[in-house]
Amino acid sequence: MAEPHVRVSNLHKSFGALEVLKGVDIEINAGEVVVVFGRSGSGKSTFLRCINFLEEPTVGTIEVAGISIGAGSPTRHRRKQIQSVRKTCGMVFQQFNLFPHMSVLDNVMEAPRRISSDSATAVKDHAMSLLADVGLADKAAEYPIRLSGGQQQRVAIARALAMKPQVMLFDEPTSALDPELIHEVLSVMRSLANDHSTTMIVVTHEMGFAREVASRMCFFHEGVILEQGTPEQMFDGSRLPETQRFLNAVM
Amino acid sequence: MSNTRTVEAVPHQRHGLAESLEIASLKVPFRMKVALVWLVIGGLLLVGFLKSGFDIAWMGDHAAAIVKAVWVTIAFSIIAIACAVVLALLGALGRVSRNPIAYGVSGFYTSFFRGTPLIVQLFLWYLALPQLALGLLPEQYATWFIWPAQVAGIVGIAFNYGAYMTEIFRSGIEAVPHGQAEAAAALGMSSSQQMRRIILPQATRIVIPPTGNEFIAMMKDTALIGLLGTTLMWADPFRMAQLSGKADFRNLEALIAAALVYWGLTAIFSFFQRKLEERMSKGYVRQGKGA
Repeated sequence: MAEPHVRVSNLHKSFGALEVLKGVDIEINAGEVVVVFGRSGSGKSTFLRCINFLEEPTVGTIEVAGISIGAGSPTRHRRKQIQSVRKTCGMVFQQFNLFPHMSVLDNVMEAPRRISSDSATAVKDHAMSLLADVGLADKAAEYPIRLSGGQQQRVAIARALAMKPQVMLFDEPTSALDPELIHEVLSVMRSLANDHSTTMIVVTHEMGFAREVASRMCFFHEGVILEQGTPEQMFDGSRLPETQRFLNAVM
Repeated sequence: MSNTRTVEAVPHQRHGLAESLEIASLKVPFRMKVALVWLVIGGLLLVGFLKSGFDIAWMGDHAAAIVKAVWVTIAFSIIAIACAVVLALLGALGRVSRNPIAYGVSGFYTSFFRGTPLIVQLFLWYLALPQLALGLLPEQYATWFIWPAQVAGIVGIAFNYGAYMTEIFRSGIEAVPHGQAEAAAALGMSSSQQMRRIILPQATRIVIPPTGNEFIAMMKDTALIGLLGTTLMWADPFRMAQLSGKADFRNLEALIAAALVYWGLTAIFSFFQRKLEERMSKGYVRQGKGA
């Protein structure tokens, strides 16, 4: 744990004239669970999407698991680098984004089948064990449309884990779910966090989850990390007025 | 209100008759009435034909040759749709590509082939291309581009429909939600893997109904190939009708026979297309056994 696992330096991102990220710096160690929160439009999702280059940074450098990539043009070499960063990062989306034309099992096996060098049986065994971990082994043959939102998101987590990522990125994983389904997704995430083998960066408003499992919380405000600290510091200490106001509003 | 006044002006008994007629009419199902309308139209046409000396005996002798030529239409259509699908797929990939060559070539392709009349294009392939080839290539290669009418015709139809279908395929690709490609990208899949494994399979489902429509339209447009002057072996129903109808001065009979052949074909394929669409939707509905 000497070297940080994820290092973001001087990250800026503009969409046209609108600057969404105005210089974000953070170092995250292996096994850390970082909860990112803040008002909508504060840049927290954009920050997460820059880590695996779903958004191209305008300025800055991002280092994930030893691969360092700066802002730049999409040359062939850089695209390869980005692809290798993505293989070490799993991502879970707000809208699940499961592949509707494939069964649950095929969703989970798709990437390792195409990309990894594991044998077909190893891929399948791993996929089945992941589905068992998220409690959906019996749904392996179903198509995503037949599952509830909570089940779909659990499949999406299994799919993201199938590439054996070192870093998991969660982009508001429970925001699109009905309240009674949030719990089952959070409990899968909690057990993943308690493993301490995967670095997790979670954009969420679930403060109960944050208090329980976060090793660090980062408050995004107007494109920068305004304040960060442990959950104890965040919830109990005296915070900046902006942070305090936001926490009062969501809790 | 003139309407109200008319009703008042009608004598009591006739008003009652009109009303009872209306009630009786309501008991006849709508479809039955529509069928009756079709029957009347058919009857009127038949009477008109017979009055103008429609020669049923001639039909009996010559219709078979016209109907048999349907296999030419079917062969032309199947070869042309297969080529058009390939062209449309390449064209659509070009239209969504960031590569300036692919984007430019496909843009030129759709613009030219959608912007000029099909019949002109057919003659370009048949008569103008050989001239171009002879001007540019040594003779032994130039002859490769001198095609019989049916080949020029199929190529022409395939390129023309491929251009229209390029736009269908492009919109199908763009209709797949962006999150699908993002999810695949986040897993580390390359752009071509995203396209082949995630986008295209979903786009296929979207483009099948409009592609079926194009196929039906194409089937009718294969009749244009005859205008290039196909030989008897490759004569489609329209060409056959022209040949035999003109010879005996029985154009009405011959052309009606040809029209009925195309009409029958499109009716059959429209039926199959409806069935296909019903089947395709099953994997995407939540209830039901399919998926």
